[in-house]
Amino acid sequence: MTFMTKPRVAHPDLPRNELGLTRRDYEGATSTLCAGCGHDSVTGALVEACWANAVEPHNLVKLSGIGCSSKTTAYFVSGSHGFNSVHGRMPSIATGANAANRKLYYIGVSGDGDTLSIGLGQFCHAIRRNLRMVYIIENNGVYGLTKGQFSASADLGSTAKKGEANTQPPIDPVQLAITLGATFVARSFSGDKAQLVPLIQAAMHHDGFALIDVLSPCVTFNDHEGSTRSYAYTREHYEEVVHADFVPHAPEIAVSYAEGELQPVTMHDGSQILLRKLDQAYDPTDRGVALETIQERIKHNEYLTGLLYIAKGQPEFHAQNATPDGPLNQLPYERLRPVPAALDKIMARYR
Amino acid sequence: MPERKAQDRVNDFVIKIGTVNGTGSASANGLLMKAIFRSGVPVVGKNYFPSNIQGLPTWYEIRVTRDGHRAREGRVDLMFALNVETYARDLQEVASGGYLVYDSTWPRPGLLKRDDVTVIGVPLAQLCNENFQGVRTRILMKNICYAGVLAALCALDLDIIRTLLSETYAKKPQLVESNMKAIQLGYDYARAHFACPLPLRVEKMDATRGHIVIDGNTAAALGCVYAGATVGAWYPITPSTSLMDAFKGFCDRLRVDEATGRKNYIMIQAEDELASIGMVIGANWNGARAFTATSGPGISLMQEFLGLAYYAEVPAVIFDVQRVGPSTGMPTRTQQSDLKSAAYASHGDTRQVCLYPANPEECFEFAATAFDMADRLQTPVLVLSDLDIGMNDWMCPEFKWDENYRPDRGKMLDAEQISKLDKFWRYYDIDHDGIPLRTLPGINRKGAYFTRGSGHNQYGAYTEDSKEYQFVVDRLRKKWLTAARLVPKPVIQRAQQPTDIAIVSLGSGDGAVHEAQQRLRANGIHADYMRIRSFPFNDEVEQFLQSHRINFVVEQNRDAQLRSMLIMETGVEKTRLRSILHYNGMPIPASYVFDGVMAVVVPQRPVAQRVV
Repeated sequence: MTFMTKPRVAHPDLPRNELGLTRRDYEGATSTLCAGCGHDSVTGALVEACWANAVEPHNLVKLSGIGCSSKTTAYFVSGSHGFNSVHGRMPSIATGANAANRKLYYIGVSGDGDTLSIGLGQFCHAIRRNLRMVYIIENNGVYGLTKGQFSASADLGSTAKKGEANTQPPIDPVQLAITLGATFVARSFSGDKAQLVPLIQAAMHHDGFALIDVLSPCVTFNDHEGSTRSYAYTREHYEEVVHADFVPHAPEIAVSYAEGELQPVTMHDGSQILLRKLDQAYDPTDRGVALETIQERIKHNEYLTGLLYIAKGQPEFHAQNATPDGPLNQLPYERLRPVPAALDKIMARYR
Repeated sequence: MPERKAQDRVNDFVIKIGTVNGTGSASANGLLMKAIFRSGVPVVGKNYFPSNIQGLPTWYEIRVTRDGHRAREGRVDLMFALNVETYARDLQEVASGGYLVYDSTWPRPGLLKRDDVTVIGVPLAQLCNENFQGVRTRILMKNICYAGVLAALCALDLDIIRTLLSETYAKKPQLVESNMKAIQLGYDYARAHFACPLPLRVEKMDATRGHIVIDGNTAAALGCVYAGATVGAWYPITPSTSLMDAFKGFCDRLRVDEATGRKNYIMIQAEDELASIGMVIGANWNGARAFTATSGPGISLMQEFLGLAYYAEVPAVIFDVQRVGPSTGMPTRTQQSDLKSAAYASHGDTRQVCLYPANPEECFEFAATAFDMADRLQTPVLVLSDLDIGMNDWMCPEFKWDENYRPDRGKMLDAEQISKLDKFWRYYDIDHDGIPLRTLPGINRKGAYFTRGSGHNQYGAYTEDSKEYQFVVDRLRKKWLTAARLVPKPVIQRAQQPTDIAIVSLGSGDGAVHEAQQRLRANGIHADYMRIRSFPFNDEVEQFLQSHRINFVVEQNRDAQLRSMLIMETGVEKTRLRSILHYNGMPIPASYVFDGVMAVVVPQRPVAQRVV
């Protein structure tokens, strides 16, 4: 149960980040998900990424809706604020929270049911607003908590545990997001920490909406033959197209990478993501190419992974609204209320 | 009502103007209302408009009321029947001894004749066609020309009208001249052809000094600015949209940093009401004062999130500008039919704090009250206005603001307070008033907690333990009792003599009840009056009900929602609560309340045709 706490004993030699915190400081409550659940690997990657990015825990906000995936916000960085809201509506909570304080890191963790069915509308509109947040979909193609119904991301023809075949085409969050103008779109696999951690690190530095669709097998309801979200199937049909390494804003590290092999992308805060071009033809800054390549691979039942698309220079939510650089929730009342003479002037208009 | 003598009609009559929606008549109507107000004579303005952009019939009613009544009169003395489509019903509506003006460009002698109504024909279209060029201009000018006719018939001061026009068109002086020309055309025609003024006329008074004419949505929006709201999220819906528009308008002038051009507020047009309430909850959770405005259908959509905010104890402010339901209902007509869906919004054992403003000045005042209550009680507060208050023009005392006001953020801890705590538990009842301590993200590592709508214990942790769950919901019940002590008390107006008869009402029914109370007194019936201003009901509400043999509960819905709530929430016997219900979509007139009380108190009294 989540209120059981893990022993806080940590080895004194554990590596520490810039804030002097160890990875243990970024852990959360014990997971109550099934043993072997892909979601727990994502949690592990989140712990690693937050530690590596040296995020002050209380400057992080974790948000989720309802479902197995949404439970995971309780399982990392217990020193941060969490908000487990209602089914499919996490983006609106994130929008309001972000409106109030733009200075925090917002990580939303959702699932394919929470995002692509009940929450599809809010997901789309958060993208349109280019809300500065990391949005992770733990995508297993199945409703776990209600015991195995197909989700909207289940592939055509894939079968449920009892053999029933899915007859409706899937919604691909990655293609949808690119179409809607998302500015950072990635796909990864829960079992590929080496790829996922730097993607999360980079996403946290993205100045806008950063989507990471993580294929995350459900060991209980969707890890059988006939499923296209099983561990076995995913490993077989998995192609890494663009490998992202994340380098925080520290020049001496950045120069250690040889140019030519890597395509650096500078984030808004000066840090860089380095994209390892495994496929020379692939350009993740070209929306048309991104969509075309993803669709081409889907024809071959392949998941293209890595940072699939990144757009720069698109104003995020607060830039669109011309708000101050500081958080709105910290403006003193004296700056919010009209000056004493104002009321008389206003009243004059209605006399 | 008996017919009144001509001399009694000075500054005491009702004008109704029937036109076609979207043809510019709104500005003429507003101008007329304001001209009477500027003459020092109290006015009530009611706009009966269709859910349509252009083409359907629309009416504007101006009650000239020297006694300063605030409700609809319910009768029409002077009708401007300018829409051919509604001519027949407009003529029928005129009170005996009244007047009807129509556009005689297309004469209709004897049409639907009524001997007890004086018909006045003015060739408005012809006058405008002869004096203006262009189809659009001619239509617009026809719809200002009648203001001139009315000015002549009712003895309005043309100088006041000219001043008003030059204020409206300060940046386009040429429009002042063209509008004045049209008004003069109508004015001169009426003076030349009829005995002006009519007995229904305006004589200058000094009863509007220190007053303004404003609608409730604008007032509420201004209140939000003063309350320190920084986030407004909404989905457009009639009749609440103008509240958000007004908030934006005020913020554009009052909240933009002159040096940087940055805005000290944010307006988010959401994808639907599911999202708008989510944004409001997210922003309040994160320490901004955030609000939304909506109407019945929006309240329905917000139910799930309102339950979350209740249970997870997140402040939120929601203005519900009620309209006619059920379903889409009549979006441009008024009702008080969300009382129950607001008070008990969401599944499970939920109850929501509600405020019931009666007029624009209270919309202004209750905005800050709502934010303070929401922060203090850590729960949603719904401000239930309605279309009548929200969109109609009300004469109000000028708004006052206490410069010493500071927002009450309740038990929201700052970094220093958090660091002094041994340990922070989000849902622990440390002060025994049912209200726990609260922290914001980004302030102090010690203040971190997890917000959830799933079962949680008093320490904020997930639970499925019966005892732990029940402990928290019982504490929420305790908080509710605290709320009953904090919310605004009812306004009680005693009759001149001790009485066991009372009228109970809320919101926009106030003006009608006040007037009815006066008329009852003139008929020898003394009734106390209690206007309920909030939910939960305070002890004063119960005491008042218990101390009267008959409580007439006046409300604007079919199912007696207020009465039901009073039966559920107080110990008063059902039989002491008698309903007077008005729910046809029009604002309740005083005569309806008067007749309703008289029918019970003096059952042998013959009731003339009831005004609705």
